[in-house]
This record gives sequence, C-alpha cells and structure tokens, in this order.
Amino acid sequence: MGFRVFKNILKQGFQGMWRNRSMGLASIGSISAVLMILGVVIILVLSINNVAMEIKTKFDEIQVFLKDDLTAEDIDKIQETIEEDDRVLSVVFQSKGQGLEIMKKDWEEDSYLLEGLEEDNPLQDSYIIQLKDIKDADDVVKKLDTIEGIEYINYYKDIIDKLLVFANYIRFGGIVVIGILVLVSVFIISNTIKITVTSRKREVNIMKYVGATNGYIRGPFIIEGILFGLIGSVLSIFIINYGYDYFFKSVSDKLYVLFTVWLVPPTLLMKDITIMFSAIGVGIGALGSIVSLKRFLNV
Amino acid sequence: MIKFENVSKEYNNNVRALTNVSLDIRKGEFVFLVGSSGAGKSTIIKLLLKEEEPTEGKIILNDMDITKVRNRRIPYIRRNIGVVFQDFRLLPNKTVYENVAFAMEIIGVHPKEIRRNVPMVLSMVDLSRKASSFPDQLSGGERQRVSIARAIVNSPPVLIADEPTGNLDPETAWEIMRALSEINGRGTTVLMATHAKDIVNHMKKRVIEINEGKIVRDEQKGGYGDGISSI
Repeated sequence: MGFRVFKNILKQGFQGMWRNRSMGLASIGSISAVLMILGVVIILVLSINNVAMEIKTKFDEIQVFLKDDLTAEDIDKIQETIEEDDRVLSVVFQSKGQGLEIMKKDWEEDSYLLEGLEEDNPLQDSYIIQLKDIKDADDVVKKLDTIEGIEYINYYKDIIDKLLVFANYIRFGGIVVIGILVLVSVFIISNTIKITVTSRKREVNIMKYVGATNGYIRGPFIIEGILFGLIGSVLSIFIINYGYDYFFKSVSDKLYVLFTVWLVPPTLLMKDITIMFSAIGVGIGALGSIVSLKRFLNV
Repeated sequence: MIKFENVSKEYNNNVRALTNVSLDIRKGEFVFLVGSSGAGKSTIIKLLLKEEEPTEGKIILNDMDITKVRNRRIPYIRRNIGVVFQDFRLLPNKTVYENVAFAMEIIGVHPKEIRRNVPMVLSMVDLSRKASSFPDQLSGGERQRVSIARAIVNSPPVLIADEPTGNLDPETAWEIMRALSEINGRGTTVLMATHAKDIVNHMKKRVIEINEGKIVRDEQKGGYGDGISSI
C-alpha cells in the first residue's frame, strides 16, 4: 500500500469521525463510561491492597526473646546466627530497658502502673527480625527455635495468615472484576461501532462497487475507532484524575488524616491510569471496528 | 470486451436464474438488456461485477477470464467497470466532488491528476456548479449524473448501467441517456439494463432480450419488444 493511499485512508478516517460525530458521541460516551467505572474499581482495589500492605508491614516481624543469663558475647553470637540466614532482611536488638519504654508508650495514661519496674525489669532482651518475605516465617521460626539461648519466639502468625488470604482475595477479586469490565467494554463498544457500521453498510457496499479493497474500506473505520477510543479514554482520564484528586483532598482536609494513608495518592496512580486507559481505549476502538466490519466486507 | 460462454447460474435455493447464456459484446458497443422483472438481467450484471459466481460457464471481461479470479482480486476487476445504479448509491457524507474523487483516491491516483480530472468529468455531466453540494441537496437527475461522473472518472473500458433511469421522470431520463450516449461516443462500451420502453425504441441500439434465464432475442437496432412488462 503506497504512501498516498495511506494518506487518503488517514484523511478519510478523520473526515469520517467529524461527519459521523453524533454516532461517535455514543461510542465515546460508552468508552469513557466503562473506563471510568474501571478507574473507580482500580482505585478501590489498590487502596484496599494498600491497607493490607500497611497492616502487613506492621505485623511483619518476628520477635525472639533471649534467656536472662546470657553474656554479651552470647547475645552477639545469636545475632550473627540469625543474620546468616539469607531470608532475613534485618535484625534489631531491643534491650529490656527499650522494651519497657515502648510498653509505657503503648499503655499511655495507664503507664504509671509500670513505674518502678526499671529497677527490676521483668522483661527480656529481644531481637526484632524482619523477613524479606513473610511466607518464609514458619520455616525461619522453626530454625530460630533450635538456636541456643532463645527462650521463646513471638510472631503474629494468625493475623498475617488471615491478612495474606484477605489480600489475595482482594487482588483476585479485583482482577476478576477488571477482567469482566474489560470484556463488557469490548462488548458495548463493538456493539456501538456495529450500529455505526450498520448505519453505514450502504457506504461500505458502495465502496466495494467502486473497486475499493477491503483494506482500503477497513482503514478509515479503524482510524475512526481509534480516534473515538482515544477521545473516550482522554475524557475518562481527565474525569478520574480531577475527580479522585478532589475526593482525596476533601477527605484529607475534612476527615481523618489516617484515612488518606489508606488511599493511594492520586499522583502515584495517574501515570499508570493514563497509559493503561489510552492503550485500552485505542485497543478497544480498533478491535471494535475490526470485529464489527468483518461481516460487512463479504459483498 | 464482454463475453459469456454457456453461462448458467443456479442460486442456493435451486432457483435457476440463467440457463446456457452466451453473448458477445464488442468494444464500443451500446447494448440494451431488456426483459421482465426476474428474467435474469440483474443476475447478468451481478456476475459481471463478481457479486455472484456462475454455476457453469465462462465470463470474459476485457480479455480476462473473470470466473477464475480470486476473491482478493475482485476490487481490481471492478475498477475496469464503471457502474451506475437505479438508486444512485452515492456516499451521503461526501460532497459531489468528493464522491467522484473517491473513485480515483482508492486506486492511488496522484492528487494533481484528481484535481484535474474531477472538474473535467463534472463539467461533462454539467454539474460543475454543484461540486460542493451533498447528495441530499440534489435532484434525482443530478444525483444520477454524479454517479455517472463517478463511474467514468477512471475511464473504464466498460460502463454498466442497471436501470439508470428507473427513478427519474422522462425528461430527466433523456438527460441521462444523452450523457450515456456521449460516453459511448468516446469509445466506452455501455451495457444498460432497462425497463424504459420509449428510450429503447428511440435509441435504435443493439437489444438483448432475456426471458426466464435465456436469451430470446439479440437484435441490432432493435426495439423494446412486445410482451415485456415495463415494470
């Protein structure tokens, strides 16, 4: 196909978009509506995921309490042994004194009950261990258990397990919902384009009688579809961007700051959403045109 | 130029549209195709345009056996034939100029040539003033002249007209016939299927009459013939 023919097709595509703008409005509307719903779902899923991750990092540590009668050397040796394991991310020593301070902070106004304990601290020295991957927790704990000098090990296995399951459900559910939405949007858009094409079936027929090749007929329709998809996605990107930004700001202004920690900040999201939506819009537009044109080309 | 050799056509529902049709139209001829509705005129045109395939026989167009052409090549066959339909078949979203230019654009003609040829054919059919009108702003006769301009702009060797005057009043119909005669005078072979008795009788051209899928008359300087319903 020569450059001149390609230029013609491009021109026809733009011209067709402009002259069929009322039909195009329907396509653009449905594309941006579906993408907007998709955007809300994505934000929701990411936020819930965010919350899960946030909670996970808080409980994502193993605390090993040491026997009381260890020498400084023994304590160092235990740290070395723990650090040898390459599944361990970091090991932080927490003396019994530090432990008491933390406890006092946690207890807040009831902390006076703990006064006087400094003299004869009943707490134990401990190591707080962070793992690279929380999945290894069970194995690491089993191994830690064999180390001489460790009295007992504390980690929030149940909470983490439940959280992991919950996070997985959310992620899986999110992917399913997004998948369904993409399918629905392809369906809606190919239908809209089918209506557009059906109303132009005559046009396609005429082109065929004049001797236009299938490629030549398809070209402008595909360009039209891509343009409609692109406009629809740009529209939804703007609405999602400004809408979510407004929502995020008003939530952090008027409600609890705590709540915004759970929401994904808009700036982090928009680049991905822009790329994703443009790609989906263009893809759906082109695909919709190709699918709905197929059966009209056999004259 | 156009040659049918023992062509038969049977549609899927066992309707026999053409039986053993042979005809030979030479370059530069003007031929009327007449016959009652359902006699087989449309089938002959559809076969020439490769809209349908013959069940039997050979069709030769422009020295090429088009029965052996693959589907992908059909558009290129159609570029050798200008077609004019009863219902004009213009692109509604394009102006008169663009409708005619479109036929040139699809075959990749240089824009310079398009800008030169389109006004030329538009003046030939006397539509220069309507170049930027859209089809729905035109009268029936004007629309048909646009479709004629489109059919001849690429100078095809053959022009097929399927009841080109069917939707027009008699006076306008004669306008169209004058345009077609002029095109024929420039050397284009014209095959016109029609029910217009007056036109056929006045023009004194070759007449091929079909009845129940068979050629029953092929007469130089013939008339419309009796016993054919004119609807």
